[in-house]
Amino acid sequence: MAFPEAFTRRTFGHGVHAPEHKDLTRERPIRRFAFAPRLTVPLSQHIGKPAVPCVRPGQEVGRGEPIALADGFLSVPIHAPVTGVVEAIRLMPSARGPKTGAIVIKTYAADDQQVLYGAPRTIENLAPAELIQAIQDIGLAGQGGAAFPTHAKLAAAREHHVETLIVNGCECEPYQTTDHRLMLEWVDDLIAGIHFALAASGARRAIIGVEDNKPDAIDVLRRRLAADASIAVTAVRTKYPQGSAELLIKVLLKREVPAGGRSYDVGAVVQNIATLVMLGRLLPPGQGLIERVVTITGEGVKQPGNYLVPFGTPLGFVLEQVGFVGDMSRVILGGPMMGTAVSSLDVPVTKATTAIVVLPVQPATASAPRMYPCIRCGRCVAACPMHLNPSQLGLLAAKREYRAMQERFHLDACFECGSCTYVCPAHIPLVQYLRIAKALNREQAA
Amino acid sequence: MAGPPRIEIRSSPHLHEAVSVDMIMRHVVYALLPICVFAVYLFGLSAAALIVTVLGACLLTEHLFNRFAQKPNSLGDFSAVITGLLLALTLPPGFPLWMGATAGVIAIALGKVVFGGLGQNVFNPALVGRAFAQAAFPVAITSWSPALAPGRFDTLLPSTLTPPFMLPAAASAAPGTVVDAVSSATPLTLQKFDHVTTNTVDLFTGMTGGSTGETAALLILLCGAYLALRRMLDWRIPAGMLGSAAALAGVFHLADPAKYPDPLFTLFSGGLMLGAVFMATDVVASPLTPRGVWIYGILIGVLTVLIRLFGGLPEGVMYAILIGNAASPLIAVLTQPRAFGEVKRRKPT
Repeated sequence: MAFPEAFTRRTFGHGVHAPEHKDLTRERPIRRFAFAPRLTVPLSQHIGKPAVPCVRPGQEVGRGEPIALADGFLSVPIHAPVTGVVEAIRLMPSARGPKTGAIVIKTYAADDQQVLYGAPRTIENLAPAELIQAIQDIGLAGQGGAAFPTHAKLAAAREHHVETLIVNGCECEPYQTTDHRLMLEWVDDLIAGIHFALAASGARRAIIGVEDNKPDAIDVLRRRLAADASIAVTAVRTKYPQGSAELLIKVLLKREVPAGGRSYDVGAVVQNIATLVMLGRLLPPGQGLIERVVTITGEGVKQPGNYLVPFGTPLGFVLEQVGFVGDMSRVILGGPMMGTAVSSLDVPVTKATTAIVVLPVQPATASAPRMYPCIRCGRCVAACPMHLNPSQLGLLAAKREYRAMQERFHLDACFECGSCTYVCPAHIPLVQYLRIAKALNREQAA
Repeated sequence: MAGPPRIEIRSSPHLHEAVSVDMIMRHVVYALLPICVFAVYLFGLSAAALIVTVLGACLLTEHLFNRFAQKPNSLGDFSAVITGLLLALTLPPGFPLWMGATAGVIAIALGKVVFGGLGQNVFNPALVGRAFAQAAFPVAITSWSPALAPGRFDTLLPSTLTPPFMLPAAASAAPGTVVDAVSSATPLTLQKFDHVTTNTVDLFTGMTGGSTGETAALLILLCGAYLALRRMLDWRIPAGMLGSAAALAGVFHLADPAKYPDPLFTLFSGGLMLGAVFMATDVVASPLTPRGVWIYGILIGVLTVLIRLFGGLPEGVMYAILIGNAASPLIAVLTQPRAFGEVKRRKPT
C-alpha cells in the first residue's frame, strides 16, 4: 500500500473498529456445499410480496426450474435449488421467527444435480424494459442481506436518471469473506454484471468501493479494469459500518442522502458485489438464482469456509456438515454486528443469507455482563455513524418518551448498525432500545 | 457429539468491545496511584494517612448508603475509590484527618448518592467534598506544608492528628513536631500576594508545596496521557482547558508582565493540571457531545484564569470546574450533533 494513500484513504465520520475474525475464512476458496436430503425453500426470500407457488406436492422438479412466480413488480420468482420431488407446501420457521410459506423439496440423491433450465439471451440487443424483465426472471434479490429485488432497484434508478452505480465491496461485518472471495475468484462475472447493471439503470459510470483490508482484491480489480474507463476502483478505510449504502455514497461521492430519502435522490444506485456477480453469471444463460456463496464461520464450527449453498438448506444440516464445537452456541444469520441469532436450526439458507456465524457461548448466567447506569462517557456518540446521540436516546427510551426520540433526536435515522451497543461500557442495550422505540412508533403511526 | 448445539438467542450486535464501566474506573485508579505515591514521597506519612482516611470515609459512606437503601454493592465499580483518591489529592498534606473524613462523607453523600448514585451526579463528587471543606475549614485548607521536609517519613505533621471537632493547634503548641513544616506558602500564594515566581522546572516536576497531589504537573500529564491513549479519558477536555487557560494568561501577561504570571506558570502551578486531567474529565459531570466538550473545557480554562487573577483566593480551579459542571447539561443540549442527512431534509420537497 502506498504510503501517502494510507493517509488520504477515504472514510466516513465515527464508526467502530471491531476485531475482524476474517482470517478464519479469508484464504478459503469457494467450494460447493453438499446437497441436503430435504430443502425448505421459503416463498419470501426478498423484500416485497412473497412469490406464488406454481408447483404442487408430488410434482417432480428439475434444478433451476421455476417453482414460484413473482407476485407483482416488487417480487421475484423462485427456482428449484435441486432436482427432486415437491413434498409439501407449508409454513416453516423463518430467520426472524414468524412462520412463512415454503416449498419442501426432497432431493434425488442419485441425481448429478446439473442445472436443467435456462433461457439464454443476447443482452446487448435488449431494450431497457426487456432487460429489467430478464433480471426479474432470474429471481435476483440483493445479496448484501437486505434482499431488495434487483430489477426494481435498477428500474427506479433509471427512472430517476442516476449517473453513478456504486458497487459495494466493503464487506465491513466481521467474519464475512464471501465478497472478498468473489472479487478474487469470479471477477469476470462481476465485471459482466456491472456492465449489465449499468445498461439496466442507465448509469454512465461505476465505482467499486473496497475496504483496504482486501488489498489483493483491489489489485485484481485494478489490473482487470485498467482499460475500462467506465469502472473505477476506490479503496476506502476499513471501518464498520462502511458498507452501509448511505455512508458509502458519502465516502465515494461526498454526497449525503437526505434523511428519509433514497440513494437515487443524490444520483446513485448501490449494488452489492455478490448481487452483480450473480447478475453477470446468470443473465446470459437465463438461469434462476438457486444458490449463493455463504461464509460459514465462527469459533463454533470446525471447517469454516466459503461455500456455494443451495437455498433451502437447513442450518441444522449446515452445522452437521461443517462440524460444530461446544454444547451451547449462538447461530447467527448474517454478520455478528447486524445478523439475527436464529431460534431454530430448521431455518434455511435464503437469498439474504450472507454468512452463518456460529459463536460458542457460556451459559447465559455466566456470560451476561453487568449492566451499569449510563455514565455519559460519550463513546456511543463518538461511534454512531449517523451522528445521533444514543445516550440521550437510551435515557428517553427508559422513560418511554418514544415520540421525543423521533421528533427531537432523529430516531428514524438509526439504521440499527449496533455500534452504540458494541462500545457501551455500561453494557446498555442501546440499539435494542432504539429498535423497540422505532417499532412502537411505527405501530402507533399505523 | 450427540445432537446439534443448544442455541442461545440474543439480539445483535453479537460482539462487544472489551470495555466496561468498572474497567474504565479501574484504569483511572491505576493512573492516580503514581500521583498518590509521589505525594507520599513529597509530603510523607501525613499525606499517606490523609489519602487512606479520605478513601476509607468515601468507601464506608457509599457502603452504608447501599445498605440502608438496600441497593446492590456498588464499591466494585471503583467510582467511590476515584472520588476518595481525588478528594485527598486536592487537600493540603497536613489537613486534619477528621476534616478529611468529613469531606469524604459529604463528597459521597451530597455529591453523589443524593442524585441517585453513579451516573446521576451533576457535580464532580470529589469537588463537592472539597468545596464543603473550603467553606467549613478555611484556615486548615490553606495551611500548607513544604515539600521534601526532613523527617516527613518519621513524624506526622502536627495538624494531621487534630482531634475531631477541634481546629488544628498552632505549631508552637505542639512540641517535638516538625515546626518548619507548617505554614509554608504555595507557588500560587507567593505569586499572587508576594509576586515571587517559583522556578518553572520545580513546578513542572512537582517539587513545591501545594495540595497533596496537585504539584506534579509532569506526572499528572503522563498519567493522563496513559488514560487518553487507552481511550478512557476525553483528551479534548484537558486540551481545551489548558489551552484556553494558557492563552488567556498569555494575553494578561503580555499586557502587564509585572502583575500577571506567564502562561507556563499558570499551567503548572496549583491544581490546574490535576483539575484538567482528572476532575473536569469526570464523564458523568461533563458534556458528551463532540463540540460540547471543547466548549466545556475552554469555559473552565477561562474561568480558572479569571478567578485566579481577580478573585480573593489564589486558586480558582475548583470553582471553575463546578461552574463548568453546572453548565454541562445545557452545553450538551445546545451542541447536539447534526444528524447525517439532517440539513438537506429541510429543503422543500
